[in-house]
Amino acid sequence: MSIVVRVKQKQIAELIAKGKRLDGRGLNDYREIKIEQGIIEKAEGSARVLLGKTEVMVGVKIETGEPFPDTPNEGVLTVNAELVPLASPTFEPGPPDENSIELARVVDRGIRESKAVELEKLCIQPGKKVFVIFVDVYVLNHDGNLIDASSLAALAALLNTKMYNYEVEGGEVKIKPGFSSLPVRKHPIAVTFAKINDKLVVDPWLEEEQIMDARITITVEDEGRICAVQKGGSGYITPKQVMEAAQIAKEKADDIRRKLGW
Amino acid sequence: MSQKPEKLIDKKGLRLDGRKPDELRPIKIEVGVLSNADGSAYIELGKNKILAAVYGPKEVHPKHMSLPDRMVLRCRYHMAPFSVQERKSPAPSRREVELSKVLREAVEPAIFTEYYPRTAIDVFVEVLQADGSTRCVSITAASLALADAGIPMRDLVAACSAGKVDNTIVLDLMDIEDKVGCADVPVAFMPNLGVITLLQMDGLLTSEEFEKTVDLAIEGCRKIYALQKEALGAKYMSVKEVEE
Repeated sequence: MSIVVRVKQKQIAELIAKGKRLDGRGLNDYREIKIEQGIIEKAEGSARVLLGKTEVMVGVKIETGEPFPDTPNEGVLTVNAELVPLASPTFEPGPPDENSIELARVVDRGIRESKAVELEKLCIQPGKKVFVIFVDVYVLNHDGNLIDASSLAALAALLNTKMYNYEVEGGEVKIKPGFSSLPVRKHPIAVTFAKINDKLVVDPWLEEEQIMDARITITVEDEGRICAVQKGGSGYITPKQVMEAAQIAKEKADDIRRKLGW
Repeated sequence: MSQKPEKLIDKKGLRLDGRKPDELRPIKIEVGVLSNADGSAYIELGKNKILAAVYGPKEVHPKHMSLPDRMVLRCRYHMAPFSVQERKSPAPSRREVELSKVLREAVEPAIFTEYYPRTAIDVFVEVLQADGSTRCVSITAASLALADAGIPMRDLVAACSAGKVDNTIVLDLMDIEDKVGCADVPVAFMPNLGVITLLQMDGLLTSEEFEKTVDLAIEGCRKIYALQKEALGAKYMSVKEVEE
């Protein structure tokens, strides 16, 4: 924890106890969300999300490969996250650490468990050949709440993804003119809370994350069902707070979907 | 590979292994099973066989990793290559890296880390055989090993999973229920303080179902908590009797 944050710790916590936050937001307010899609021409799909000053870019690439043995008729989706060193003084080059792996796996869980992508439509030859969707999350600026920003960016990029038209001839993919959209049927939204002095705040920014006791993310799909949960941080959370978070997450997810027209 | 069963709950409402929805699998807990470790525990839950060991508090290497105001807790969750149906590469997978992190974050709230500044404690968990809910068993074992090592703790951490299979909310998912079922919710809980230290979910649940599932998992944690205390008692109370 940096010295500056330690000095501010008391101030942040006292404000939150009064229902206020250092950056002027209410406890359940998100920062401004800005989304741009189709920014990388060489990727089949891409998006950049700004969540306040947090900036995440996602590129989607599509290749062909083998299906998993237990789902021979489904395409494969893989999510990877890079905490790029230019995004924060605390990120270092090297193989993915536990934070980037957790980030990728929480984003993946939301998309996978809500069955957002119609993977069964991405089979070329059952058991042999399917489309493999690579979702690469690239964190460009870290100002807190990477999970929500990355989940939004991943979904925005998938919604933006174009696949070439094709037909299958003797097990080989033959490309035809034109493109069609990747089949996406659900819009899972991750809503993350920080627990600070026994209060929950939505969409923590960096300074709040640095002093929080615990973190909880609840991902909600279009019908209001919960599809992924992850508690983080070295503190605890009460069962009552979990249910409170689930309720707020549902409202916030609806809100975000409505604002983005998803 | 075994075929997917059509139903996980039969007409009588019993599960594939004959359990009722809210029933735990047979469980065996032993404390102090490794002579080299400062603390250790071994748990069998159904076919799960999991070993946890604690080394420390000790000096931190590399030195710059040490913290001036508290100890560093390091956890490693690892599966033996022979613990699952198809051999698992011994190199740590992405899943194991994530589980090591959530394991640490599940036991750390229990420890008075500020009592041991500039030191480290290592917690090693080896899954010798996996049969679903391994992360919960690992947490239960790790917290017992920490207690066995004499680390001051606020409470024991007990962990248990619950989930939804065939439209029924069930306790303590075994491997097949985890793979084929609709949702899996592992929970770690400190019963004396009434707080949750691990909560994850994958699957699909309405908020009502989610609440029920978490409540059921917490009930499971309370049952396991009682057995944890019994196991600690079996090691340390017997020493007392000798003294008398």
